[in-house]
Amino acid sequence: MSEINERIRDGSVRVVTAEEMPYLVDELGTGGAVREVDVVTTGTFGAMCSSGLFLNTGHSDPPIKISKAWLNNVEAYGGIAAVDLFLGATQPSEDRGNEYGGAHVMEDLVSGREVELRAQGVVTDCYPRSELETTLRLDDFNQAIMVNPRNAYQRYAAATNSTERTLHTYMGTLLPRYGNVSYSGAGSLSPIPNDPDFEYIGVGTRIFLCGGQGQIIGSGTQHLPQNGFATLMVKGDLKEMNSEFLRGATFQDYGPSLYVGLGVPIPVLNEGIAKKTAVRDADIETEIVDYGVPRRARPAVRRVNYEELYSGVVDIDGSEVKTSALSSRHVARKVASALSDSIRRGEFLLTAASEPLSRVGRNSPVRQTKEFLLVGDVMSCEVVTVREEISIKEAARMIVGGTFDHLPVVSADERLIGMVTAWDISKAVASDKTSHISEMMTRKVFIASPDEPLELAARKLHHHRISALPVVDKDHRVIGMLTSDHLSRLYGRRRSP
Amino acid sequence: MKLMLHVSPGIVRKPIVSSVILETKALINIERAKVDAVSGEIVVDVDLDKCSEVKRAFEDRGVRVVLLENPIIKDDDECVHCGACISICPTGTFRFEGSEVVADAGRCVQCASCITACPQRALRLVLK
Repeated sequence: MSEINERIRDGSVRVVTAEEMPYLVDELGTGGAVREVDVVTTGTFGAMCSSGLFLNTGHSDPPIKISKAWLNNVEAYGGIAAVDLFLGATQPSEDRGNEYGGAHVMEDLVSGREVELRAQGVVTDCYPRSELETTLRLDDFNQAIMVNPRNAYQRYAAATNSTERTLHTYMGTLLPRYGNVSYSGAGSLSPIPNDPDFEYIGVGTRIFLCGGQGQIIGSGTQHLPQNGFATLMVKGDLKEMNSEFLRGATFQDYGPSLYVGLGVPIPVLNEGIAKKTAVRDADIETEIVDYGVPRRARPAVRRVNYEELYSGVVDIDGSEVKTSALSSRHVARKVASALSDSIRRGEFLLTAASEPLSRVGRNSPVRQTKEFLLVGDVMSCEVVTVREEISIKEAARMIVGGTFDHLPVVSADERLIGMVTAWDISKAVASDKTSHISEMMTRKVFIASPDEPLELAARKLHHHRISALPVVDKDHRVIGMLTSDHLSRLYGRRRSP
Repeated sequence: MKLMLHVSPGIVRKPIVSSVILETKALINIERAKVDAVSGEIVVDVDLDKCSEVKRAFEDRGVRVVLLENPIIKDDDECVHCGACISICPTGTFRFEGSEVVADAGRCVQCASCITACPQRALRLVLK
């Protein structure tokens, strides 16, 4: 590696991007590539929510011990010493909501714009001041250090939506009925897929971060390399950064996020590294998962590689579905080429890591110690179902004689095909036009499953303005009923002593 | 060419599109329509050679017609070429040329899906 740094200093270094490397290895073989190439540059530019900024404002006169602070009405965490703040990228502003957030403050600072600082202090003998308001530019801060707990995912699951309604997610707008697929990641240009065994990447590795030079300070949060989901924790000086590679963004009905440009140079030290840096888009696989299922473990629809995602169309169950990215391949290429240029100019030297990244990580679900109710815990299991051939009179008699207002209608094989309510029956009787429930039942019935969290089912009732959900098993057979009565009883019982 | 038809309250219940088709014998494709109790906003696509005749026929019936020559504007300083607009557009207005997103504004029917889907807020409808 010192030989490569020597060549960087004397300007004779040979650099290619990770997109060019596969072709070189095809042509020259891995041995030839080791002889001809010193460094492979990688790059990615995408939404990285787990990003933020440590700021030191400097002391005021009289001094203040800041407890709460806002930058352009975006709250920054003030519980660190007196004038250190941490601004999170996804924090929305108090006046403009999701359209402006911590990420946008960072972009404004990098672009040289002023931001309004408003702070409240806790009065002590050493910090007598209680409030501070001032206007600051990036240069006015003593330090502005970006520290991102989780960046540069090795790969990320692509998203689609099986439901009947459009979803607005951190993976963008997902159209109903598998209307599109949204993905993120830079494929073969992504840093970690080019060094998946951390032969070079480690603690202390110098990287390109948003136009400046930063460091990898460890593995990121949720780092799970054993499953192909390694992440990086990185830091860099905001004062060196450039808004071409750092952008505030807003995901509709989700919130702000930060687009981070990150590139890692990888020295071609041996044939093993040459082979790994020759990775292609088609070699990097991920899953398309269904964001229509509002649970932690969203089901996978199919496996897919980045070459297919980049093609613009993938096949889901025999239909062609359009794909589009949230991360920018265009800017990812600019990251890799800007990094290549600064290496060629002798401005960017490679560093040996002080220790490698961990080969094993952890991303477990949270331990939930408080009561967490499922639909199955609350629903009533005694359900009276009817067949669609019965008359309105019979249905009315069943409702009057029973303790329920909803009649699920089932087919001969007991599958749910519709629903009739007491209101439907009154309406039919009043209009005197229909005689059988098949003519007036609701056929598009919203359903719940027994293992669905109660909160989600309650939201379904509220969202669709309905008062009951039939609970069905995987064969669509009615096994219970959840009504708004169940919810009000549950709430009433909890509140009473 | 795409035309935006603004249909005012007095005439919104009349079969205007059908009568224009019968009169002009033009093939009119309805790209998007929003008609409620009091007014309507309809985007139609017409062959270029029939365009002025169809426009006049609608105007004769009291419809305000706007040619959608440049229905959407992309701010190239804000756009980072991610492509989030591509898959959600029903008419295929956006596509990649190399790694850059380009817009074929002539296809846009101003449905506005892309406006909120763009994380950089780089897209704007030109409303007339």
